[in-house]
Amino acid sequence: MERGNILNTSKELLKIENLHTSFRIKDQYYAAIEDINLTLRENEVLAIVGESGCGKSTLATSIVGLHVANNTKVDGQILYNDQNLATLKEDQLNKIRGNDIGFIFQDPLAALNPLMRIGDQITETLKYHTKLSEQERQKRVLELLDQVGISHPERVARQYPHQLSGGMRQRVVIAIAIACKPKIMIADEPTTALDVTIQAQILDLLNDLQEETNSGIILITHDLGVVAEVADRVAVMYAGQIIELASVEELFSHPKHPYTRSLLNSIPQVDHDQDRLEVIHGMVPTLTKMPRTGCRFAPRIPWIDPSKHEDNPSLHEISPEHFVRCTCWKDFHFEHEEGGLNHELHTN
Amino acid sequence: MWKTIVRRILIMIPQLIVLSLIIFWLAKLMPGDPLTGLVTPETDPNRIEELRELAGWNDPWYVQYWNWVTNALQGDFGTSYAFKDSVSSLIGERALNTLWLSLFSVILLYLIAIPLGIYAGRYQGTWFDKGTVLYSFITYAIPTFVLGLIFLFLFGYKLDWFPTSGTVDVKYDPGTWDYVWNKIYHLILPGITFALLGTTTIIQYLRSEVIDAKTQDYVKTARSKGVPMKVIYSKHIFRNSLLPIAAFIGFTITGLLGGSIFIETIFGYPGMGQLFIQSLGQRDYSVITALVLLFGFLSLLGSLISDIVMSIVDPRIRID
Repeated sequence: MERGNILNTSKELLKIENLHTSFRIKDQYYAAIEDINLTLRENEVLAIVGESGCGKSTLATSIVGLHVANNTKVDGQILYNDQNLATLKEDQLNKIRGNDIGFIFQDPLAALNPLMRIGDQITETLKYHTKLSEQERQKRVLELLDQVGISHPERVARQYPHQLSGGMRQRVVIAIAIACKPKIMIADEPTTALDVTIQAQILDLLNDLQEETNSGIILITHDLGVVAEVADRVAVMYAGQIIELASVEELFSHPKHPYTRSLLNSIPQVDHDQDRLEVIHGMVPTLTKMPRTGCRFAPRIPWIDPSKHEDNPSLHEISPEHFVRCTCWKDFHFEHEEGGLNHELHTN
Repeated sequence: MWKTIVRRILIMIPQLIVLSLIIFWLAKLMPGDPLTGLVTPETDPNRIEELRELAGWNDPWYVQYWNWVTNALQGDFGTSYAFKDSVSSLIGERALNTLWLSLFSVILLYLIAIPLGIYAGRYQGTWFDKGTVLYSFITYAIPTFVLGLIFLFLFGYKLDWFPTSGTVDVKYDPGTWDYVWNKIYHLILPGITFALLGTTTIIQYLRSEVIDAKTQDYVKTARSKGVPMKVIYSKHIFRNSLLPIAAFIGFTITGLLGGSIFIETIFGYPGMGQLFIQSLGQRDYSVITALVLLFGFLSLLGSLISDIVMSIVDPRIRID
């Protein structure tokens, strides 16, 4: 992972400041993500990890305003090219969507219109962002299909989504996302619906595409294996907040926040003879039952003295480029341990 | 495409055979025969037996069935005992009237239902949507004969805007434009009644399909490409929402072709529905059997049309 070194010098593509996104449930707004501060740089893969319901997909859709407008409220700044995307109107956003920011979705079957030919679904992007003629667009479609590793592009362009395999569909979704060579790609769990061998191929493909275009990728996933493989930096989210942010090496070798440590601890080890899987107690609270003050992870580590948590936990830079929320990490130990700062023993 | 259609038509053959067997069997179950009504105290029982023998009613069932089917295939369904006319010419005349009425109704039906359903779904929760839902509740709750009678009384009798019965006034000569206009004029009231009451299901289906489609991932993908919402509605959502409508378009059309008993009776419109109810009243068995066979055939045809339309609209069900 020598790629990490270029990060500090490369250009910032996207800067998210104090982002809050709230959904309306019965006339009241509930924040699904709060206090998000992130930057994405050129050539970087920024992974966002967390359990289901932690707000990672909300973060992704908030960036280009893909949520349903009339019951969602987005506050804060999403700076791209000196524009705040959070305040742009729909038609201004449409110029950026697909052109500057490409989106890759989780379920490649649902993400494609079942009644439209593959070729037409790709040309649609080109139609709105380029001045190419019909013939040039057709030609570009074949180039794109070839670029994402589909053999027989002419035939596939005329086919319908249901005629392709899952891996091929995801390649098509990627072809749509990269059609206009976007500066930023947002991939929302791009490999979750695929089997492991195809997963590796898709990740390789994303990597290759990034090398060609110098784009920044926001990779949303709950798969720590994927993170370790492709990410440069990782933001761990819990209950709508970023609780730890660090480079991938730092995060895997020196995880600090109790949640990050619990996540890593719950990965089954092949070389250990384990009888039972490690789990994290409890569940992510639902949107309406979310505690709005105090450390949100506290209810899931009840054996830790409540006084160790901050009243209003904020992100602290504990070492260069390594941020952790709340102070409880200093006194965290797993339930079966005696206590104290001996976490190095229990993480890899 | 053609493979799908040919396959579907081949499947229809055994279905038709089973259908005709069931109808034949039911007809035989009915008590009496057309001669029963002609018997008087003076009739010689031997003469009746002779006539029965002559008509072939003493033959084994499979001989009778074979004769009936081969005659029917040649367009001969026997003679109506009430109208003293051949069943085929009787039905043919009515079928044409019903065809015009159902064509008019179907076009009107989809012209009203498709825009209402699509816009109600698109602008869910607005006054337009609430109004449409209210409209479909009302039309769903009103029985055909009630609305038919109200229209007849109001527009036919009180306001005298439309004729109250028949298909065309006798003073016009067939083949002239006046004749055609007069025919359409006669269609308007029964057509509107039918269309208004038929819209409910289509509106409700379309509305919920559009609402459902809005949250689908492919819509999200289209938005992420920078496609304006207006285009997403017309290009992505519209076609996907029409799928369930396509699934029963054939039944809607052939259901109408069978004629509506209520509408044709109320508006004095001489179509198939009216003929059916009259024949039932008069125990005109040869007409009833022919009509039931025809209705059965129409529903098979309906499912064929639906399947063809579906395979045009939805590439997923084509056999390649």
